[in-house]
Amino acid sequence: MTTSSPLSARAEILQKIRIANAHAPDTAIAQSAWSDLPRDYKRTSTLAHNAVLDLLADRLHDYDAQVLRSALADLPRNIAAMLSARSIQRLVVPAGLPPEWLPPGFIFTPDDSLSSAELDRVDGVLTASTLAIAETGTVVLQNVPGQGRRALSLVPDYHLCLVQSADVVQTVPEAMARLQPTATLPTTFVSGPSATADIEMTRIKGVHGPRFLDVILIV
Amino acid sequence: MRVSLFITCYNDTLFPQTGRAVVRVLERLGHTVDFPPGQTCCGQMHWNTGYQAEALPLLQRFVDQFRASEVVVVPSSSCVAMMREHYPKMAATLDDPRLTADVEALLPKVFEFSEFLTRRLGLEDVGAFYPHRVTYHASCHGLRSLSLGDGPLRLLRAVRGIDLVELERVDQCCGFGGTFAIKNADVSTAMLEEKISAVLDTSADTCTACDNSCLMHLQGALHRQRTGVKTLHLAEILASDELSPYQDAAP
Amino acid sequence: MSEGPLDPTTAPTFPIAARAAMGDAQLRNNVRHATNVIQAKRARVVDEMPDWQALREAGKQIRQHTMRHLDIYLEQFEANCTRAGGVVHWARNAAEASRIVVDLVKQSGSDEVIKIKSMTTEEIQLNHALEAAGIHPYETDLAELIIQLGNDQPSHIVVPALHKNRQQIREIFQRTMHLPQLGDQPQDLADAARIFLREKFLRVKTGVSGANFLIAETGGVCIVESEGNGRMCLTLPETLITVAGIDKVLPRFQDLEVMLQLLPRSATGERMNPYNSLWTGVHANDGPRAFHVVLMDNARSEILADEESRQTLNCIRCGACQNACPVYRQTGGHAYGSVYAGPIGAILTPQLQQMQHAQSLPYASSLCGACYEVCPVKINIPEVLIHLRNQVVLQNTAGIAGLFDVEAAAMKAMAAIFRSERRFKAAQRLGRIAETPLVRRDQQGLGWISWLPGILGGWSQARDLQQMPQQTFRDWWEKRSNHDN
Ligand code: SF4
Repeated sequence: MTTSSPLSARAEILQKIRIANAHAPDTAIAQSAWSDLPRDYKRTSTLAHNAVLDLLADRLHDYDAQVLRSALADLPRNIAAMLSARSIQRLVVPAGLPPEWLPPGFIFTPDDSLSSAELDRVDGVLTASTLAIAETGTVVLQNVPGQGRRALSLVPDYHLCLVQSADVVQTVPEAMARLQPTATLPTTFVSGPSATADIEMTRIKGVHGPRFLDVILIV
Repeated sequence: MRVSLFITCYNDTLFPQTGRAVVRVLERLGHTVDFPPGQTCCGQMHWNTGYQAEALPLLQRFVDQFRASEVVVVPSSSCVAMMREHYPKMAATLDDPRLTADVEALLPKVFEFSEFLTRRLGLEDVGAFYPHRVTYHASCHGLRSLSLGDGPLRLLRAVRGIDLVELERVDQCCGFGGTFAIKNADVSTAMLEEKISAVLDTSADTCTACDNSCLMHLQGALHRQRTGVKTLHLAEILASDELSPYQDAAP
Repeated sequence: MSEGPLDPTTAPTFPIAARAAMGDAQLRNNVRHATNVIQAKRARVVDEMPDWQALREAGKQIRQHTMRHLDIYLEQFEANCTRAGGVVHWARNAAEASRIVVDLVKQSGSDEVIKIKSMTTEEIQLNHALEAAGIHPYETDLAELIIQLGNDQPSHIVVPALHKNRQQIREIFQRTMHLPQLGDQPQDLADAARIFLREKFLRVKTGVSGANFLIAETGGVCIVESEGNGRMCLTLPETLITVAGIDKVLPRFQDLEVMLQLLPRSATGERMNPYNSLWTGVHANDGPRAFHVVLMDNARSEILADEESRQTLNCIRCGACQNACPVYRQTGGHAYGSVYAGPIGAILTPQLQQMQHAQSLPYASSLCGACYEVCPVKINIPEVLIHLRNQVVLQNTAGIAGLFDVEAAAMKAMAAIFRSERRFKAAQRLGRIAETPLVRRDQQGLGWISWLPGILGGWSQARDLQQMPQQTFRDWWEKRSNHDN
């Protein structure tokens, strides 16, 4: 398929590794050695759930994200409030987002294989999320109903993300454990709006990804 | 306690006053000092510069000289770091089980001078008097390899009459690094400049450390720039007391 | 300042390049400012982690374990990635990797690519290979864009343009983007980059990336980034080509729970960087339709064969050692003559050259240990530096040429002296005599040396040396003992 001979390169590299390691491959040994690796770091919550939610809000504020808590029943009203505050009119929404959540008075375009250029022309995107990590102020999105493909939360300049309080964990290890069953889905960790520190180490918001990220915590 | 002194090659040759001060402090505290005469060098310069074959025989020599010691005190943090970090591996390289066992038995008995006072003897006040403004340079080996922490500072705080000022960016290397100061003289000098300006910012008249190699480096620039700041090994400050206060060396 | 790519095979030795770099006051200011800021940010977010040392230990052990079983994990990655629709290629060296990428880009039908910052593609000078084949690469990371447009070279593995300040960046953008009115506020500059690149993101059909982690268990790839340019390159093109060193693999998805805590805090001093992307092969209706991974050796298996220095491969390229290094902070990155600068560069670059080039780099360190202290996977860089110095000495002292090596001769003579206390005492006496002609007295009447000959001259360019005392410690001790008896 390529002009080089990938097979022989493969064989040669693997052989050199085996010689360097001076042992034949043994999957069983590798597996048990992996299970024995020390993991003495924090792997579970140390805070009550309410404190975890506070911590998440705190960390998100650090990233200049707006955070609002809302009961499920008030969701449309609160979504409307967030969007109005940012003067967002036209949004794209992924398939599978409950239509009853969407407030009237805005234009919600379902993602029907929109081109990147079309995505570039909407004001923002509204998505649900798989989980959130309080300690790092992270929301995790996957390609599932309600969250959609990766480009959705990337090309528009504004992202409003809905997080269910039951999906908020305190630590990164708890998050990875929850993600393990769906580890092969396209997954994006979002921690605040797009940013760079490439110019004199000043954090500048919004280079290529959404410049504005807001979160509504459904409690 | 019977304390064996490993003076180290460069202290022996260039800073004998440090050795005399160590003897003075230890004897004042009621200990007996002995000096195994066959000692020379720990091998650090060779090992760190890449001359490992040359460093290996010095390990055997050190072990032979100090095998029977109760404790070994060394007024040089970098030499102690050399022993702790590399001797076990060096012994393993030589594939000599007896040497390996000797090293294993000997290392826990080896202490850097300030470490011996604070950790082994549990002391802070050793009866010293030094009425000067002093700043302390934490040598990299003392700081990172030996984790001396604030041990030397606690010893200094207990010195009567002292005016101790802490150094800004105390964790920054002074740029010595053995042959580094020669092989990369420009970079070393730039690092030294930063350290010197931090020392001058303290307005101290004395800069001390647990390592004469750093101090020799600092002294080199402090003297060249006619700053009037002197460098003194910690042992020399601790040796100074009301009966026999520190005096500048006569020409 | 640097013309042509950083190439260890032709670069000047470190002391010479360092002298040149240190003559640039602007560069030194920029580097100092940037490293100060990152160090302070890192310290803040590391200090808030009570389990940091346990994380470092786990990180080290995971990496060590991976290297022990690297063959298994690479094969697992290949099988799982292939099953998920990816195509895995293997490359023995830089040339082979570049050739594979060039061919794949051509097959994708594109004559331009959008690129994510990747030190691996810098290592193999992929942009050169692409341009030589008539393919235009667009760097999309802000820092890499600054470097590409400024015809410059990266000087840091995380913040490649850290040697440039805002005025310099403005000047580059004004000139190359034809924006004479552009301001010098960081936000203005970032906005200019956003507009400049957006059109490319929406148009270019082929993306090229590196990888932070390959996950053997799932066949997935993980990339961490800040700006979103990475996500653009990973999701919008039709074809994605990822170039990864064989050292980038992790056994399991769960291992990310360690790396994703260690890496952002160490690299940029953030609790988490703005974006992490994870994908596995090809996903229907999400991202590229064709996905290729090039697994590249390029001397890594040789490094693996050296028990003493294989820990070099554990590196996760966070750059913390560079920010902490007092040498790097003086010289910046270009002096290292390689895209890998600072302490990690000092150990990695010569090994990537199989110790045939870059022999001055293992000496570009005072062995202060600041790098080891901050390294999130606990690579004992000073230990590896010393090991590599030994390799250099063995090379230089082999054969006839070794007989004429002044340093080696001096070191060997010194070693012979230290092997006998009699010879040592004689040498101490001789030293006093030998230095006498160099000694000058100061106002206090103390003897000082202000000039030293030959290879020792580096010392006396900025430092005096006190005259050797007339009595060594052992002479004093002997006298005192005789007196007592
Ligand atoms: S050596 Fe350690 S500190 Fe340096 S870049 Fe690699 S992982 Fe980071």
